[in-house]
Amino acid sequence: MITAGIDCGAKNTKTVILKDGKIIGKGIVLTGFDQSEAVKASLEMALKDAGVSFKDLKHVGGTGSGSKSIRVADVNVNDIKAMTMAAHYFFPTARTVADVGAEEGRAAKCDEKGNVVDFAINEKCAAGAGAFIEAMGRALETPLTEMGPLALSSDKAIAMNAQCTIFAESEVVGLIHAKTLKKDISKSIHDAMASRIVSMIRRIGVNPDIVMIGGVAYNPGFVAALQRELGVEKIFIPDNPEYGTAVGAAVVAATNGQ
Amino acid sequence: MAEEKKPEYWRWLETNWVDPDKKWEDAQIITAGIDVGSVSSQALVMVDGEIYAYSNMRTGSDSPNSARNALKFALEKTTLPEDKIQYCIGTGYGRVNVPMADRSVTEIACHARGANFIYGPQVRTVLDVGGQDIKAIRCDDKGKVTNFLMNDKCAAGTGRGMEVFADLLSVPIGDVGDRSLQVDQEPAPVSSTCVVYAKSEATGLLRKGLDTNQVLAAYCSAMADRIYSLLERVGIEPEFAVTGGMAKNRGVINRLKKKMGIEPMKTEWDTQLAGAVGAALFGFALTKKGKGR
Repeated sequence: MITAGIDCGAKNTKTVILKDGKIIGKGIVLTGFDQSEAVKASLEMALKDAGVSFKDLKHVGGTGSGSKSIRVADVNVNDIKAMTMAAHYFFPTARTVADVGAEEGRAAKCDEKGNVVDFAINEKCAAGAGAFIEAMGRALETPLTEMGPLALSSDKAIAMNAQCTIFAESEVVGLIHAKTLKKDISKSIHDAMASRIVSMIRRIGVNPDIVMIGGVAYNPGFVAALQRELGVEKIFIPDNPEYGTAVGAAVVAATNGQ
Repeated sequence: MAEEKKPEYWRWLETNWVDPDKKWEDAQIITAGIDVGSVSSQALVMVDGEIYAYSNMRTGSDSPNSARNALKFALEKTTLPEDKIQYCIGTGYGRVNVPMADRSVTEIACHARGANFIYGPQVRTVLDVGGQDIKAIRCDDKGKVTNFLMNDKCAAGTGRGMEVFADLLSVPIGDVGDRSLQVDQEPAPVSSTCVVYAKSEATGLLRKGLDTNQVLAAYCSAMADRIYSLLERVGIEPEFAVTGGMAKNRGVINRLKKKMGIEPMKTEWDTQLAGAVGAALFGFALTKKGKGR
């Protein structure tokens, strides 16, 4: 059976094609302002990548903050369910999942089947989402992709007082004026954001194994900070973590069809 | 080639003032209050418990310098030498970094005391909307704080949030309020709490065809909502007064007034001075009691 999972997120729209439990195609485009257009484009990209056509799809699962725009979806997949099912798909030993995207941070606890037991979510405040590091990167005049490696090169612990992204920007500017090294500021930024995600994970409990998905998982500085704050040895991250919830949606769509 | 500089829409006018009818030479007690806020700093000099001179400036990256500059600017139009000031109190976010201060007092106490002075002793609820925080303060007829609530964690509802919007929409900060009132129909308030997300939402609204004034209206309305919920929690008792920079934004204050059903008190004084006024008054009271320097 072939299914598709589409995750229409705040920044990117992702599609995954799943054939008998194996990922055979992927597509990603910027969501922009026209969500429906982004859904169409990412689906076409994934179908082409998989070498199948739309009519081969048995079911289409839709999820994400723009899931209403996924009109082709016949299975509506809850965001939390999509993330735990994705974690379970990649790592069956997963019990805690963190999903950190551009504008949302989520933590969920799941059982051995990938079912949701508990969850916490932040979609109100940019301080616990990828947007935070992006904004700080602008203040530091450092490209987003360099922020994490920069943080890794520092061993200083400078506390960030501000929680709010807007206030933290001023604080970063203040640190630059005080001649603080860029790498130390970058580490401080990652530590601050990791502590937001950790406080969310603590609310539902820290149960190994811990899996992280979402685009922010690409940031090695953030993952290291998260590991440090949680006091764990390893955080499991799948290849292409940004496709996480799309994979989950495709998995749910497949089980729904049986 | 020189880089073209983007106009700074958030920037407001820095001012200083002196009362030409007062003579410091005749005064018994001269005190100063310096309020170093997160965004603006005020220095105010009182002669025998009355406002003599003040300045209102933007806070720099260095608190001690901001305090020094503010005091220098306040004294600029006077002949008063700095060493004639008998007692100086620092307040605000940077109050521990006011080098010339004899002591510091929290901005909550100073704003209540200052509002009591500039608005009159009838004031019972003071709302201070500053650069990086909102305070809802309840006080008695002496301007003594009886209860308060504040938000200093999040830019939503603060002056800084409004600055971000002024910049985004290229509208000078002083025009934001009035332009937000130039709409035929009140739009739905911006739904995102976080300023970062509200910015994206605003861009979306412009794309949907709303004009700049309508987007400003939607944001001012959201801000009034945010402020109102804090006031509601502390409990509103008339008379009601607003201090801080946001008091100058009619777009927010008019909408807040409608929600509350209470007319805010009026003053001739610059509402941003309240903290410095309170600080200078505390210094005056101490010196009068012989508890000065």
